[in-house]
Amino acid sequence: MTKKSNVFYFIPYTFWLLLFVVAPLVLIVYQSFFTVDGQFTLDNYQAYFQSGTYLRMTLNSFWYAFLITLFTLLISYPTAYLLNKTKHKQLWLLLIILPTWINLLLKAYAFIGIFSANGTVNDFLAFVGIGRQQILFTDFSFLAVATYIEIPFMILPIFNALEEMNPSFIRASRDLGANNFETFRRVIFPLTLTGVKSGVQAVFIPSLSLFMLTRLIGGNRVITLGTAIEQHFLVTQNWGMGSTIGVVLIIAMILIMLFTGEKKKKGVAHK
Amino acid sequence: MKKLISMILAILLICAGLYIGADQLEKAKGITGENSLNLYNWGDYIDPELITKFEDETGYRVTYETFDSNEAMYTKIEQGGTNYDLAVPSEYMIERMIDEDLLIELDHSKIKGLANIDAQFLNQSFDPSNQFSIPYFWGTLGIIYNDKFVEEDAIQHWDDLWNPELKNEVMLIDGAREIIGLALDSEGNSLNSKEDDQLAAAAKKLSGLTPNVKAIVADEIKMYMIQEEASVAVTFSGEASEMLYENENLHYVIPSEGSNLWFDNFVIPKTAKNFEAAYAFINFMLEPENAAQNAEYVGYSTPNKEAMKILPAEITEDEQFYPNEETMKNLEVYEDLGSKYIGVYNDYFLEFKMHRK
Repeated sequence: MTKKSNVFYFIPYTFWLLLFVVAPLVLIVYQSFFTVDGQFTLDNYQAYFQSGTYLRMTLNSFWYAFLITLFTLLISYPTAYLLNKTKHKQLWLLLIILPTWINLLLKAYAFIGIFSANGTVNDFLAFVGIGRQQILFTDFSFLAVATYIEIPFMILPIFNALEEMNPSFIRASRDLGANNFETFRRVIFPLTLTGVKSGVQAVFIPSLSLFMLTRLIGGNRVITLGTAIEQHFLVTQNWGMGSTIGVVLIIAMILIMLFTGEKKKKGVAHK
Repeated sequence: MKKLISMILAILLICAGLYIGADQLEKAKGITGENSLNLYNWGDYIDPELITKFEDETGYRVTYETFDSNEAMYTKIEQGGTNYDLAVPSEYMIERMIDEDLLIELDHSKIKGLANIDAQFLNQSFDPSNQFSIPYFWGTLGIIYNDKFVEEDAIQHWDDLWNPELKNEVMLIDGAREIIGLALDSEGNSLNSKEDDQLAAAAKKLSGLTPNVKAIVADEIKMYMIQEEASVAVTFSGEASEMLYENENLHYVIPSEGSNLWFDNFVIPKTAKNFEAAYAFINFMLEPENAAQNAEYVGYSTPNKEAMKILPAEITEDEQFYPNEETMKNLEVYEDLGSKYIGVYNDYFLEFKMHRK
């Protein structure tokens, strides 16, 4: 009886997975083997790997995603660490998550106002005597906004990992004569590594194909693979090529998941 | 669980109530299938007074719905479930909709006043002999500049964009046809070119433009130019007329060596129900005084030559929006390039975007 009802409960989820996860993936892979005229071919992949433009774009995407992840991590880890020590940590956490409730486009437009030639930042720079700078449409503005947007997704898993950590480990480390830095390096950081890894996944993977921001904030001076996919699907209607880039991205993401994923437990006792 | 169910029920009840309310409201306003006209147009693209005038004259009730891109309009009509009697797509979209059988062939015996339209705007390549569409407004692609930062003589032709003095000052519209097209025009070639060497030369020339490009964006150009974020931009005349209205330092130039000529035309989509009302509205808008009033309100260029006679001279003599014959001769409508060359244009454009300063 219990077994039967278990199967019954799984039906909606199986359908969901088949329809919205498996089917789209199969379709993308399938599409990537066809030309615009609907003929089966491997040309798309050949074109991708022989074209300097696409390869440079791929490198670009990885480079920017790497930078975004790095900056987010550098900001998020200390934030999560300090957050965990505050009194009303749930409230602080809520305040950090709050911006994710606001639509991405709205946030991007707000940053246009802040970074533009007559925006807040430039008013300030002019006021302190540095003079107005070109901020919008630069690598700096793109990285700043992307980092800002991704920060909550990095803080959350790290915060959770820190919170789950048993404080007696820290006390033990102190008792055994380790200083603060040593305690952090040998105890706290290794124990929160899982949080860092899932944070890196949550940030790096979407950053690979950010494309709304590349236009709005980067003024298309920053080009990632997302731009190319959008163009192939909407403008050239070359779905085959668009799908090919999609497949390359998916494979890259799987590799990253494997690379940063949790290794099988080595038999270390938990808690 | 009980709470959840009662909540869902409450939401359903509210929805039903709103639906019935809306239905009653429509009936109270006298909107029924027979005497209503569903007009599907761009936002703020008609003088609302004209709609009232049309309703008073003919007794039809107009429902005005808006879209913000040709693609959005196309999807809504293609998916069905709508009953728009009249829509206003741009020329490339008309061509596509004709190909996909989404438009209804016009009955020219029911259209009065087509003679008011200037012959040079009829029989365009996207709709030969105007079987499917009637011109509403037209425009061009050109350069908009701010006279605070740039001298008038400095920007007259596409080649002026390459001027080293404009380093990091030029905003471009995010469109492959537009940007590759302007490079082709600047070399004296057709912007519908399918000659590989011409296209390669255009791409090569564009790579030299990179240091001057501040950003490649879309509708945001309007906001940036008004706020004086950049001093020069490549944009469409329709957008330009709105920018000029907001900031008097801005000026619009159509390079005389050639540029794009675009159209927004009336079409009757397959979703239409009330053909009489649709033809009545087309005829109403073809009347010179209505077309003139509309052109004054919207600020775009009217194809109606009788309306031109009524419009004040300061509008019709404005070469920013009604260029002289010499320039008109060099304007070209985008032709459908076929998927192969659309791909080529876009690949070159992508390559252009990839250039780093």
